[in-house]
Amino acid sequence: MEEFLRLIIGKYNYWIYITLMMIGLYAMIAKNNLVKKIVGMNIFQTAIILFYISTGVKKGATIPIIEHSHDAAHQAVRAADYINPLPHVLMLTAIVVSVATLGVALAVAIKVYHRYLTLEEDEILKQIREP
Amino acid sequence: MEPLYSIRPLIAVLVSLGVVPILISSRNANVREAWTFVAAGLKFLIVLSMLPTVLEGRTVVCTLAEVLPGVAFRLRVDALGMLFALVASSLWIITSAYSIGYMRGLKEHSQTRYFCFFAVALSATIGAAFSANLFTLYLFYEMLSFATYPLVTHHQDAEARRSGRKYLLYIVGASIGLVLPAMVLSYHLSGTLEFSGQGFLPRSGSPFLLGILLFIFLFGFTKAAIMPLHAWLPAAMVAPTPVSALLHAVAVVKVGVFCILRVLTEVFGLDLLASLHLGTAVAYVAAFTIIVASLIALTQNELKRLLAFSTIGQLSYIVLGVALLSPKGLTGGMVHIAMHAFGKITLFFCAGAIFVATGKKHISGMVGIGKQMPVTMAAFFVGALSVIGLPPAGGFLSKWYLVLGTLQAHQWPLLVILLVSSLLNAAYFFPIVYRAFFCQEAQSLFQNTTREAPLWCLVPLVITAVCSIVLFFSPFPFLRLAELAAP
Amino acid sequence: MSEHYPALLVILPLLASFFISAAGWLRPACCFPLAVAALGASLLVSLGLLSIVIGGGPVSYRLGGWAPPWGICYQVDHLNALVLAVVSVVGFINLTAARTHVKKDFPERAGPFYTLYVLFVTGLLGMVVTGDAFNLYVLLEIAAITGYALIAMGKGRAPLSSLNYIFMGTIGACFYLLGVGYLYIVTGSLNMEDIARLLPPLHGSKVVTVAFVIMMVGIWLKMGFFPLHAWLPNAYTYAPSPVSSLVAPLMTKVMVYVMIRMVVTVFTVDYAFGVLGLNEAVVWLAVIAIVAGSVLALAEKDVKRMLTFIVVAEVGYMVGGFWLGNRPGFTGAVLHIVNDALMTLCLFLAVGNIVYAKGNSRWESLPGLFRTMPWTMGALVVGALSIIGVPPTCGFFSKWYLLLGAIQGGHYGFLAALLFSSLVSVVLFFRIFEMGYFEPLGAPHGPTHGQDGTTTVREAPLGMLAPLWITALGLILVGLYTGQIVGRVIRHAVPAMMF
Repeated sequence: MEEFLRLIIGKYNYWIYITLMMIGLYAMIAKNNLVKKIVGMNIFQTAIILFYISTGVKKGATIPIIEHSHDAAHQAVRAADYINPLPHVLMLTAIVVSVATLGVALAVAIKVYHRYLTLEEDEILKQIREP
Repeated sequence: MEPLYSIRPLIAVLVSLGVVPILISSRNANVREAWTFVAAGLKFLIVLSMLPTVLEGRTVVCTLAEVLPGVAFRLRVDALGMLFALVASSLWIITSAYSIGYMRGLKEHSQTRYFCFFAVALSATIGAAFSANLFTLYLFYEMLSFATYPLVTHHQDAEARRSGRKYLLYIVGASIGLVLPAMVLSYHLSGTLEFSGQGFLPRSGSPFLLGILLFIFLFGFTKAAIMPLHAWLPAAMVAPTPVSALLHAVAVVKVGVFCILRVLTEVFGLDLLASLHLGTAVAYVAAFTIIVASLIALTQNELKRLLAFSTIGQLSYIVLGVALLSPKGLTGGMVHIAMHAFGKITLFFCAGAIFVATGKKHISGMVGIGKQMPVTMAAFFVGALSVIGLPPAGGFLSKWYLVLGTLQAHQWPLLVILLVSSLLNAAYFFPIVYRAFFCQEAQSLFQNTTREAPLWCLVPLVITAVCSIVLFFSPFPFLRLAELAAP
Repeated sequence: MSEHYPALLVILPLLASFFISAAGWLRPACCFPLAVAALGASLLVSLGLLSIVIGGGPVSYRLGGWAPPWGICYQVDHLNALVLAVVSVVGFINLTAARTHVKKDFPERAGPFYTLYVLFVTGLLGMVVTGDAFNLYVLLEIAAITGYALIAMGKGRAPLSSLNYIFMGTIGACFYLLGVGYLYIVTGSLNMEDIARLLPPLHGSKVVTVAFVIMMVGIWLKMGFFPLHAWLPNAYTYAPSPVSSLVAPLMTKVMVYVMIRMVVTVFTVDYAFGVLGLNEAVVWLAVIAIVAGSVLALAEKDVKRMLTFIVVAEVGYMVGGFWLGNRPGFTGAVLHIVNDALMTLCLFLAVGNIVYAKGNSRWESLPGLFRTMPWTMGALVVGALSIIGVPPTCGFFSKWYLLLGAIQGGHYGFLAALLFSSLVSVVLFFRIFEMGYFEPLGAPHGPTHGQDGTTTVREAPLGMLAPLWITALGLILVGLYTGQIVGRVIRHAVPAMMF
């Protein structure tokens, strides 16, 4: 039990991202409304962004901006003092991607709405079955 | 001996393919048919031009592209291939003439399409004859399958569609389902597909596997109509008669047999077959087909179906001859390709001529027909003699060699089967001829006036009938080629 | 100049797409020529790259001059040079055929269409050329998002199908990203070769296993590997014709390439086939995919929809061939990427012509097609023969290698599945041919009907027939040059550990 708790607490960032991911996945699969599905998709993507960000964290480290004091050249930069900036940079791109996906998805959803005058999936499917 | 490198085999294959655009674009039927003759004549001449080289014992080789490691798209003309190509290309000229008579006589639709696919089918046939390896052979085999589909289903009615389905199911189904894996397996075992006189499969292979492989090949090449995979051939008789005549008595079915011969002699090799006792097994499969096909033929009333079952039996003669693995048997089997071709095509031509002249398809309606169509029925008699194997027709020679082959191989039961089968052949052919000529006046269904089919139909069948007799007296070059091909 | 080819390949069409977009507002007539110029340029560049690679071996290019583990590196070896050539050839040929469709179906949206089209091809080219795992994700999303938009341009159910594709595609891409994330955690690198160098000591690690599995599932989802194919048939069926014939040949094939690249270059063959030992299981999955795809195709009564299920089956061919883990299987899988892209293009172009002439491609519009559209049907026959696997069309040769691989690997289930699917293809296509050839039964072509030339031929315009026939003849040419393709390109791409 104690071991299990340690697993939960020690790696809480993973648990959070997995939980978020599952919420997103659930919404995408189980929700009937198309916009809710899109929201679920966004949660899903955000969970992964969170996962990446959390992997860059180091205990006691600061943001990765090297201060340029007048004698900066003589000071060695210790990597352990700064959190890893690369995942952050990657996630900038991933955020752009997810925003783009969201945009396209919403645009397509509007198109669907214009065609069927509803966003409820079961009603759309009913219309398709009985033309 | 050093092979001769030449592009001629390729031209021989392509010449009929090359006229297809001309055929499609020509609006005038006469121009179109003239081009068919040009192609047929050229093809025959090119094939003929390679005959002296082959008779010297050399081969003509033409390599196009290496498509797989150790496997090239390659043509090679050897004695057996030359034998077959000579038969097919010479008969194409005659069949072209006959087609004109038949198709115009019946005012058939889509004649351009018909002549085009006929030309493609001939390309594939010659290609198969000149294949240097199993891959090239398979290529042309498949090409032939698909090129003949529009010919078989020419009438485009419900019956044609049914027959077309059966045709594809048997032929393409078996070639993909059986031959293709067998070919891959052979390649896996030996790393090559190139034909060689001793066979290319390794001697060390497990006998069980090799046996299975042989039978997959044997039944996979369904064009040879070995029972029980023969049902497509009678069904394919819905095609116009020239198609049945050239393709389903000569080109298509003999390509099937030819493939089996190649597999027996150049993929497995006679030594390997003998050491595994596989030859005898194949021979008995063929013998079964011979007897059963002849028995079924006895019961047929539709003339073309009867001829189809007769063909099924005769094809197995060829397989039987080679499977005997004795020199005389090999010669007999191979020369039977030519002898049967001339005999059977005559019979089909006659059936077509009768249909054009009288519209009759059934034997029961042909009583007394000899009075109206004496020339046709005389030719029919000659063709029947050849197929039964009686002198003075070419078929006698091949049967003679086959009988000698069974003696050489000490296969007494097979000898008996050959003789019984000849009796059966006589039993289904002679009554037709007899009732055509010697029936009582009252029974005769025809007038006493002579009214033959158009000349375009009549002349070709007379030529093939004469050829059948000439072949008895001078079987050169076919016999010589068969002897060369039989090691 | 030629040393910049890998970058030009992506940058040229990327820049061009901005111009096309602008031209869409200002001067719509310029969109098509601009798109042709852009994709023509990348076609030339990719062919140039292929010849460079054949002549002098792999090429690598550092974007911005940054050294590999830090900067993004474009790697072109024999494997992706070939796939690049295929992607650009298919993209270009299909573009020339797209023009007539666009003029007829949505002339007012020519600008957005060509912009998205060129961006889509850019994304695919980038995915293939890149040597960086994260860069691949970004380009994957570029291709995917433009693909969603292109598909949504169709009529009827297209937007709904596109939305469904968005959900599934996003899950797939996110899984891939997650896999990259785990790899980054354990290796601290994103460069494929660098990861491969750092991974071997970590082969026992569970993190690597998780990364591998998640990544594969993501990629399979994107390629429509059965049973993760549910989004594919609808999306490809309801897309506009020029989009179907772009997305169907390319998206799945490029994802197969990504799978091969990930396994071979990043995780290495040793790990995937040796340490994990998943081959047997994955090949059986492929067997199921092939059989299921073929059987599901049988149930369809629309040519285009039937083709989408054939795509599902063909994905099984490639995945199975690759996971056989031997030399002929690998060769067959890579060769099939080339061949299947061309075959699928040929078939979808032909169906595009039918849709153009008849309005749809359902069974009821087929009768009499051999008379009214002989050229389109002729090309359809060539494409069908290739799918069936009849020599000398190229489909035969990849099937040959796959069969050989199955026999060499002793995997007879896969062998049987391949043969089964070939036989089913015969049924599938000859059913169509029968309808086009025999029906309507009776009157129009009975013996009394008279000579040829009395029927009206209503073919698609030349602008669509020419690309179709170039593709169809290409199928035969590629088939005859298989020896060259395998001997000079694919042979060098096979990992050394495979036999």
